[in-house]
Amino acid sequence: MRSYLSDRMGAALLMAPLLLFLVLAYAWPFLGVVKWSFTLPTPGLGQYEALLTDDLVQSVFIRTLRIAAVVTVVSVAAAYAITVVWVRGTPAQRLIAEFCILVPFWISVLTRAFGWVALLSNRGLINTWLQAIGFISEPLALVRNEFGVIVGMTHFLIPFAVFPLASAMRSLDDRVLLAARGLGSSRMRTFWTVFVPMTRSGIIGAAMIVFVFSLGFFVTPAILGGGRSVMIAELIYLRIFQSPDWGLGAAISVVLVLFVGALMALLFRYVRPKQLI
Amino acid sequence: MPTYRPGPVSLIIAAFVALFLLMPLLAVIPVSLTPSRMLAMPSGELSLRHYRALIEDPRWLQSILLSIRIGVVSSAFSTVLALCFSLGVWMFQPRFTAALVGFVLLPMVVPPVVSAITLYFLLTSISGFSAFFGYDTWLGVAMAHSVMTVPFATVLMLVSLSQLDRRIDLAARGLGATVWERATRVIMPNIKFGIVTAALLSFVLSWEEIGVTLFITSVNAITLPRLMWMGLRDNIDPAIAALSVILIIITVLVLAVRSFVARQRGA
Repeated sequence: MRSYLSDRMGAALLMAPLLLFLVLAYAWPFLGVVKWSFTLPTPGLGQYEALLTDDLVQSVFIRTLRIAAVVTVVSVAAAYAITVVWVRGTPAQRLIAEFCILVPFWISVLTRAFGWVALLSNRGLINTWLQAIGFISEPLALVRNEFGVIVGMTHFLIPFAVFPLASAMRSLDDRVLLAARGLGSSRMRTFWTVFVPMTRSGIIGAAMIVFVFSLGFFVTPAILGGGRSVMIAELIYLRIFQSPDWGLGAAISVVLVLFVGALMALLFRYVRPKQLI
Repeated sequence: MPTYRPGPVSLIIAAFVALFLLMPLLAVIPVSLTPSRMLAMPSGELSLRHYRALIEDPRWLQSILLSIRIGVVSSAFSTVLALCFSLGVWMFQPRFTAALVGFVLLPMVVPPVVSAITLYFLLTSISGFSAFFGYDTWLGVAMAHSVMTVPFATVLMLVSLSQLDRRIDLAARGLGATVWERATRVIMPNIKFGIVTAALLSFVLSWEEIGVTLFITSVNAITLPRLMWMGLRDNIDPAIAALSVILIIITVLVLAVRSFVARQRGA
């Protein structure tokens, strides 16, 4: 005979270590950061006021939103194309698609950003080849600008967009597609009027994940942007380590968390968490 | 078996995406063989000097060893914590489970840069009264990595527990097994694969962690990604290309073995 009380004790004992660890090592210091945003350098709402008035901060926010929007559209579209093959292709096509999705996914963000530097920089593969065949005389500026940042981020985020899309495409009933074809709908028309609308939850999930990830992206923009196309995350880093202005860095972090939290809440009104894996 | 196959247009577009995904990984190969001291395409002769530099320069070896140490410690720590927590959730299904799991998953969904500044605050506060355990120490980095990897380990454990048949546990319970016996003799042997995967994923995530590490280290705790970062930002060192090639080969090999094992298990 096991009592209700001992069950509760058992649960508490097993769950306590992790909860305690995260309260002490994550929740408490986060409150500390919130405190910084209100007290450094002087107590008050000065940092938040600066966020609304500072031209540099404003332009970084706008650039971040713009890059995140472009990256979201491009990577969800690209992910959709490869996921169709991964889920619905012949066994050989599926194997190749899986390889192309999973290998980049498991390779570190630094290696991938470096790969793009090797391709896009002035003495990189693309410029060297284009000059060798005489197509251009001066190297094209492909990196250390917004273009490089968008390319690198899209590359990083495509695999993350693939998973929710694959989950939506796998749960789709084949008979509906066959019915559309049987009733005389062309391939194109079946794809656009049946297949795509039926995977809408996957598209929304993928777009949200990619957008949220892009907002807080640090490594890729810092390397491929070369300090010229600074995004929010890099701005926080610069405020903490270069200009020491901890209060402003903290205030930007708090705003970023609130913004991402609001987006997630919006996401979960439309998509159940299980559909995202 | 899907009967609705992608048509030629889909295949062509997907091929371009596949090429885009593999391109930067292939591009590092020629760069790693350049005889030049700077980042450039090899023109004519090839050289292995940058591979030799990886072995001969002690900084690379030191940071590899440090990354392994931090990875092992933080992965062991997060695996144990995540295992206990998930067992508690699965065996007792306490009230507020959703809220508690949501709290545990926070470091995974909060933008990494915010976690980074949070952990920077934590470690600089600890540094005030301990020299071994705080900002720019290996133990501090290991703890920060545990915070970042524990949500992923928990998700994997909960997923593999959700596939476990509850009746096995009920039978053990009915036969008088204690909580400890149920956990260690009944449940854990059945989720072995999940536990190993969680430990492995935690290690890999710690091994390649850079976003947080950048905020909490300066000169002492230089992990491998941190060293690569320094070589990438200032003057691009082709040794990074050599290192990248090695890391890519390891990844491809591990994935190939994994998919082979998965096929064997499935067959």
